[in-house]
Amino acid sequence: MELFRIKKDIPFMSYGRLTTSISLITFILAVFFLMHRGLHYGVDFTGGTVMEVHYPTTANIGKIREVIDNTGLKDVTVQNFGSSQDVLIRLPVKKELSIAQLSEKISSSLKDADSGAEIRRVESVGSQVGEELYENGALALLLVCAGIMGYLALRFEWRFAVAAIIANMHDVIIILGFFAFFQWEFNLTVLAAILAVLGYSVNESVVVFDRVRENFKKMRKASAVHVIDNAITRTMSRTIITHLMTQTMVCSMLFFGGETLHNFSLALTIGILFGIYSSVLVACPIAMWLGVSRANLIGDAEKKPKEDEAALAP
Amino acid sequence: MNRYPLWKYVLIGTVIVIGLLYTIPNFFGESPAVQISPAKTSLKVDESLLQKVESALKLANIPFDGVFLDASGVKVRFANTDTQLLAKDKLVSTLGKDYTVALNLVPQTPNWLQSIGAKPMYLGLDLRGGVHFLLQVDMKAALDKAAESTVGDFRMSLRKEKINYYGIERQGQVVVIKFESEAEATKARNLLAKDFSDLTYKVSGSDKDYSVTASMSTMAQKRIQEFALKQNLQTLHNRINELGVAEPIVQQQGIDRIVVQLPGVQDTAKAKEILGRTATLEIRMVDEEKADMATLQKAQNGQVPFGDELYFDRDSRPVLVKKSVVLTGDRITDAGPGVNGQNGSSVVNVTLDGRGAGIFKNVTRENVGKRMAILLIEKGSTEVVTAPVINEEIGGGRVQISGMANAQEATDISLLLRAGALAAPMEIIEERTVGPSMGEENIKRGVHSTLWGFAAIAVMMIIYYMVFGGVSVMALGVNLLLLVAILSMLQATLTLPGLAAIALALGMAIDANVLINERIREELRNGNTPQASIHAGYDRAFDTILDSNVTTLIAGLALFMFGTGPIKGFAVVHVLGIMTSMFSAVLVSRAMVNLLYGYRRKIERLPIG
Repeated sequence: MELFRIKKDIPFMSYGRLTTSISLITFILAVFFLMHRGLHYGVDFTGGTVMEVHYPTTANIGKIREVIDNTGLKDVTVQNFGSSQDVLIRLPVKKELSIAQLSEKISSSLKDADSGAEIRRVESVGSQVGEELYENGALALLLVCAGIMGYLALRFEWRFAVAAIIANMHDVIIILGFFAFFQWEFNLTVLAAILAVLGYSVNESVVVFDRVRENFKKMRKASAVHVIDNAITRTMSRTIITHLMTQTMVCSMLFFGGETLHNFSLALTIGILFGIYSSVLVACPIAMWLGVSRANLIGDAEKKPKEDEAALAP
Repeated sequence: MNRYPLWKYVLIGTVIVIGLLYTIPNFFGESPAVQISPAKTSLKVDESLLQKVESALKLANIPFDGVFLDASGVKVRFANTDTQLLAKDKLVSTLGKDYTVALNLVPQTPNWLQSIGAKPMYLGLDLRGGVHFLLQVDMKAALDKAAESTVGDFRMSLRKEKINYYGIERQGQVVVIKFESEAEATKARNLLAKDFSDLTYKVSGSDKDYSVTASMSTMAQKRIQEFALKQNLQTLHNRINELGVAEPIVQQQGIDRIVVQLPGVQDTAKAKEILGRTATLEIRMVDEEKADMATLQKAQNGQVPFGDELYFDRDSRPVLVKKSVVLTGDRITDAGPGVNGQNGSSVVNVTLDGRGAGIFKNVTRENVGKRMAILLIEKGSTEVVTAPVINEEIGGGRVQISGMANAQEATDISLLLRAGALAAPMEIIEERTVGPSMGEENIKRGVHSTLWGFAAIAVMMIIYYMVFGGVSVMALGVNLLLLVAILSMLQATLTLPGLAAIALALGMAIDANVLINERIREELRNGNTPQASIHAGYDRAFDTILDSNVTTLIAGLALFMFGTGPIKGFAVVHVLGIMTSMFSAVLVSRAMVNLLYGYRRKIERLPIG
């Protein structure tokens, strides 16, 4: 079976203006929602306590709320999660109580009220830990960007490095935009997913860039536009099949992975979908506008770029 | 051209066989066991303990599947949980409180696999249930405490040399001493600088109001902090041993934090109480007038003489100790093992702070020939660690405790002296508890995600690329095998995000095979022969595969460097998955294709869809 037998090169670069505008609009929307709504950070980052309680029969949310109100703790949210028997309780960091006392207080009062209550999971994070995780997360993101740019600049050329990183940062912002828009919880595993996506969708750009370089060697007469169009067209089959496979795995996690992996797989899904788009249709036009040419890819041994190729740069 | 030399096939075959061997233990499951470990650092784990346990079980007629010895203690395997519980009760009563007896699960790995070090993967707390605490050591308090004891030291020194000062106090972590004349201040500075060389001194002031300020050098501060952390670690170790937890983890994290992981513990309230408990050390005099057998016997029957208390030493001998406390453990700044210069016997050297040294000097001068008891008070129970005879007056705050059986005992006792109490207060800043049912559910979730995803990919690949798809799936299978084998070998902690990383690694690794297969198709389309197409397909795809894996590796390493806890688990698997995928997708799949087609004279067409 072969789904993508494309005879002629598809003139992707001539859609450059369209594809980048679409990107720009989604990007601006994402930034807008990030600024406007902000991310719904999990306890990993904000500090606080999350408890997952399982009841043998349907949990009475109203009664649980009452029990917790009686302990005198404020700003507690109680909600069902997963099934009617499972309850998720969230508490912010309290100044006057240590996190150890806080979770103890809640769990003992819940058990007093209903001996069937089973505390399945407790996550308590002090505010100082949250702040550190926040900083470390930002640092990791920076390091990944720098590392990838450095590698691409070394292996290819700085124009490709810049194009790839712009395309991929745009993916990251869009994932964050989705999380802000839907107010999905942003926790440590989501951060891991985002960094994994960053590494993964750079692959995409690398595969296309590799083809571009190869084409510049083979197609000596062709213009940069033609070379890039050909590279994208010929790698398209691989792009789609690979992403289909990865997405299959991610869907499997989405269906079977339960609550913990749910947001992780959501982030990966968005990352993969936008990754295909941006690494091909954003990275390539940017690389082209930055003036990628045969000369700066293959080296000094080649002759200087021709007039018409140089003129492509805006 | 599509033939590998023999050694390459052998190499690949060997790697796969090794992979299989180290993956197998994961399928054997676990059986109930009882773990016996010494509750005191001075007790050894050796053959005699093994025999003791074995004979106790045989005596009670409790059947067991195996007894074995490892670094942490003795483990006994049982057929079911009923005999396990029975055996635990029996062992607790025979071994007494010197040993902790904990319920545990041990892998049912056959002996021949164990002998090559094959073990199942090490599961994190989110997969097996348990409690995780992150404790922050209050270093400011440790430094304040050190500065406070410096004040006492200074007082002693100045008084001894008859230097007049009219005030001494601690301001934060700086000690300020007031003098009326500059001459006195300078004299004091010179004296103190000689006696306490790790502080820096400054003389300032004018007109009858001079002061010497002493501050700790960064080196000294660092030393105090390291000491505080070390002592807290040791104390936690000792306390957790009492909890009877199988395989607890107590580790330093960063410069001022301690991670405590207690697998299988559900009673978090008890765990917290024990972590937060304060143990104290006291030095008191033995009541020598009441040391005769008759009085001791009476005391054991409840008639304790007035002003005394009855305690037992480590060999369970009764000792009557006076109620008044000579010194508390707060005054001990360090303790370490040493050797007596005169007779070469093992001793423990204890260093006291200034105030402690002064008191100790007076007490020893007045009580030569009598015994002095060192008591450890923990959880309401008091034990006499040792009760040596005072041979002479001891000044200078350096105390030598003799009577140690050997160097090992000296080390253990000095640890005990140091580890009795916390050097600095600690606070729990992170707590994660996972119930056992949740852990099992998490394993199921991770495994199901991986297997169903794998199955779906396999079906699609075979439909789309036919035989070459099948080869890719085989390669992916080898990738999974090797990844699990390496994780088992390294005994890296596997968490739920780690399981997700296994799934994701497979989903990403297939990229390499897709690249190769697409390349082969393209070469065929360009009119090349099947053999040449295979060759060119693998060759040309390799550069791309390498580049794309390096970028993924960079992301993985960054995650590893900055990640903590679950993220680190994800990163480890992610990075390992990239490495194994390079091997399986390129070498293993090529070897299979070579074996399938490389030795054929003529191929009409390649079944690649």
